[in-house]
Amino acid sequence: MEVLLVLCVGALTAASVYLMLARSVLRFLFGLVLLSNAANLVILAAGRLTTVNPPLIPEGASAPAAAVANPLPQALILTAIVIGFGLFAFALTLVLRAQGALGTLDSDDMTLAEGRPVPTTEDGR
Amino acid sequence: MSPASTTGAPADEARRPSPLAEAAAAWLPVALAAGLFAWFAALLPAVSGGAVLRPTLEWVPSLGIRASLLIDGLSLTFALLITGIGALVLLYSRTYLAGHPHYPRFALFLTAFMLSMLGLVLADDLVLLFVFWELTTITSYLLIGFDHAAAKSRRSALQALLLTGAGGLAFLAGVIIIGTATGTYSLAEILGAEVPLREHPWYLAILILVLAGAFTKSAQFPFHFWLPNAMAAPTPVSAYLHSATMVKAGVYLLARLHPTLGGTEVWFWTLTVAGGFTAVLASLLSVRQTDLKLSLAYTTVMALGTLTLLLGQQGAYAMTAFATFLVAHSLYKASLFLVVGCIDHETGTREAEILGGLARAMPVTALAAALAGLSMAGFPPLLGFIGKELAYAAAVEYSARPYLVGGALLGANVLMVVVAGIVALRPFWRPAPAPLPRTPHEAPWTMLAGPVLLALGGLAFGIFPGLLQGAVVNPTVLGFVGPDTTPAILRLWAGFNAAFVLSLVTFAVGIALYLVHVRLRGLIAAAEARLPDFDTGWDRLMEGLLRFAIWQAQAIQTGRLRTYIAATFGVVAAALAFALLMRGRWPEPAALGAVGWLQLAPVALILAGSAVAALTASRIAALAGLGATGIGVAIVFILWGAPDVAITQLLVETLTVVLMAVAMLRLPHLAADRRPGHGLLALATGTAVGGALLMVLGTPMDRRLSDFFEAASYPDAHGRNIVNVILVDFRALDTFGEIVVVAVAALSALALLRAARTSSGRRAP
Repeated sequence: MEVLLVLCVGALTAASVYLMLARSVLRFLFGLVLLSNAANLVILAAGRLTTVNPPLIPEGASAPAAAVANPLPQALILTAIVIGFGLFAFALTLVLRAQGALGTLDSDDMTLAEGRPVPTTEDGR
Repeated sequence: MSPASTTGAPADEARRPSPLAEAAAAWLPVALAAGLFAWFAALLPAVSGGAVLRPTLEWVPSLGIRASLLIDGLSLTFALLITGIGALVLLYSRTYLAGHPHYPRFALFLTAFMLSMLGLVLADDLVLLFVFWELTTITSYLLIGFDHAAAKSRRSALQALLLTGAGGLAFLAGVIIIGTATGTYSLAEILGAEVPLREHPWYLAILILVLAGAFTKSAQFPFHFWLPNAMAAPTPVSAYLHSATMVKAGVYLLARLHPTLGGTEVWFWTLTVAGGFTAVLASLLSVRQTDLKLSLAYTTVMALGTLTLLLGQQGAYAMTAFATFLVAHSLYKASLFLVVGCIDHETGTREAEILGGLARAMPVTALAAALAGLSMAGFPPLLGFIGKELAYAAAVEYSARPYLVGGALLGANVLMVVVAGIVALRPFWRPAPAPLPRTPHEAPWTMLAGPVLLALGGLAFGIFPGLLQGAVVNPTVLGFVGPDTTPAILRLWAGFNAAFVLSLVTFAVGIALYLVHVRLRGLIAAAEARLPDFDTGWDRLMEGLLRFAIWQAQAIQTGRLRTYIAATFGVVAAALAFALLMRGRWPEPAALGAVGWLQLAPVALILAGSAVAALTASRIAALAGLGATGIGVAIVFILWGAPDVAITQLLVETLTVVLMAVAMLRLPHLAADRRPGHGLLALATGTAVGGALLMVLGTPMDRRLSDFFEAASYPDAHGRNIVNVILVDFRALDTFGEIVVVAVAALSALALLRAARTSSGRRAP
């Protein structure tokens, strides 16, 4: 199964790099979502896929009865998912704001900080 | 530097220092320099008795670098010149620059320079020496650029800084090679080693690097042009740094390393040719100038060339000539610079063709100028005469190439007679050709003390050469040739020999040329106009450097986000691939295990979803692809015992898709694009990341932390869901940080959206 997961991680990374290299920042945002999924799968795989039992302690016991899945990567992934969502939401607002203020989603045309002329068209592309 | 100080004179006037600060700036440095001079003078008897003092302090013991000093004849001679002339120059400057709003700053720079220069000549450790070497470069930069409102000063300061700084870096490389070759940075140990550096296989590299440092600092051809430009500094600075002390740092270094580096063919030819050529060229250019200060500047270059030439030779005679000429030059040149400062200060001009008849108005200055000038021209009974005689004798009787060395010396010395006449005699004794800008009268005593004392020193040592011989020359020569040599004797009358004949020729030709020097000046100017100009060459070099920097910045800093991202991922992929290849051993492909449709379905979902998201031009299709991928990942979590994670993933994925869909209402459509190059880079990065993960999976698993959480979850934290316990108990601070991040992201997003609403229709500022 791990080999399949490696395949998924590779595909997700490749797709996200391809998207992030696009001119449109909307595609960059798609890439960001895919990249955080890839990262989460890497954490999961690095903790090893051993069993399907969730890491729970049954009633009346003080430790898991049988072998359970590694709890540490799960905790890390939970944190990563939430942080990733925060990042995504903020980036999405930036994209919206860029469209409103600059009238374009093309990162090549976002030259306000470079001192080069900003495209004057408001229609966007 | 405060903003007020860069805005020009009016703001400067408003910030005059308090009277107390002015008095402190005027007298403290003088007292410090005089005190140091007295202290070094007190060391003279011990050192001339042959003692070598080496106070030591551990500095960077792990690298074998010690803050140790080496006080022998050579360094003590330099130390006495530095502190003695320093005291007189500081005394002079307080009157020369009286009322200047930045005088305290000037005094600070000059004192800092004096201490750096002292450190340079006293340092035993080469690394310490280098540090002081750079400090003199920096203080020199500040002093040349002291008149910072003038563009010329700034350019000259920067030129000196870059040129000597570049030489300093070469010198540092040489120091490191010396340290590696000998295993020590201590000068005393390097000089005392049984095998001299000239027999080391790295000798040539060391020599080239050390010479690069010494030649730039001491303005040897082809690096001679920065020194006359450095005359943009106030005259006391020119007298002190660019004549008597700092420019001699390179000469000091060559003298210091002479016993271990010198004596080879390449040493002889490099120093003789560079020094001789510099000396003759500089004296020609000196006659060509009409500005007295510039004229003196070129004679300094000539003196440095002569010193370099003498250091190229071997034997006690040349070394004695070196030591004597070093002292003689420092005395007469500092004196003459200060005299020119007096003339400038009192008459308002330094132009040779305007000045005349000053002897009546400034008799004391005229006397100092005459003494110093005669010493420069090499007339008896002044010290300059003895120095010149010794140099001739060393060239004619002891050099391997008497015609080359003697010829260069003769050419330079003849022209020195001419320049001495132009600078030291003509302005005082010929009738005034025109009314001067200001009516001259004698300068105050603080400005006269320096030139008079220094000129008298040249006279005293000339009449009583024994004073100098015992106290300074012998220890210096022994300091760098070794105790088994006998220094030559300093004598006013050494008999009717070849050196004396050369002296007579020098005087005759010199005086004859002086009589026609105005026409000679025209000839040299015409010749100079045809030669390549190093100063404009420098400008072109700087322009080229700037153009290269601009081109390079534009090539690398394209301002396009995609370029940067491509570079980042390219580096990641290359680094991972390199690590994988270096490791060389691939893990056994793990068995797929029991793989049914349950396991394959999420994988198919992820692969298909990401492919669609990456390749489609439709926004809705891309959104669907993203959703499918997210759900696939959630299913993987469920399959491998992570229900909590799966629930969160599903929730977040849903929110993501919803937010994106809402946002898309206000965003333009996507254009189709196919980018095969980016596709290749993407595939390479994906492969590298996957390969790295595969490699990680092949290493043994350390479960200690997980075992601890499983065992401690219920007994310590009273929770049965171990993942939850980790988040809210064991790693509660992390979770708190995470909440803060999300809150900040939400607030920022809110602020951005509000700003968009209020400024809609207007462009962001």
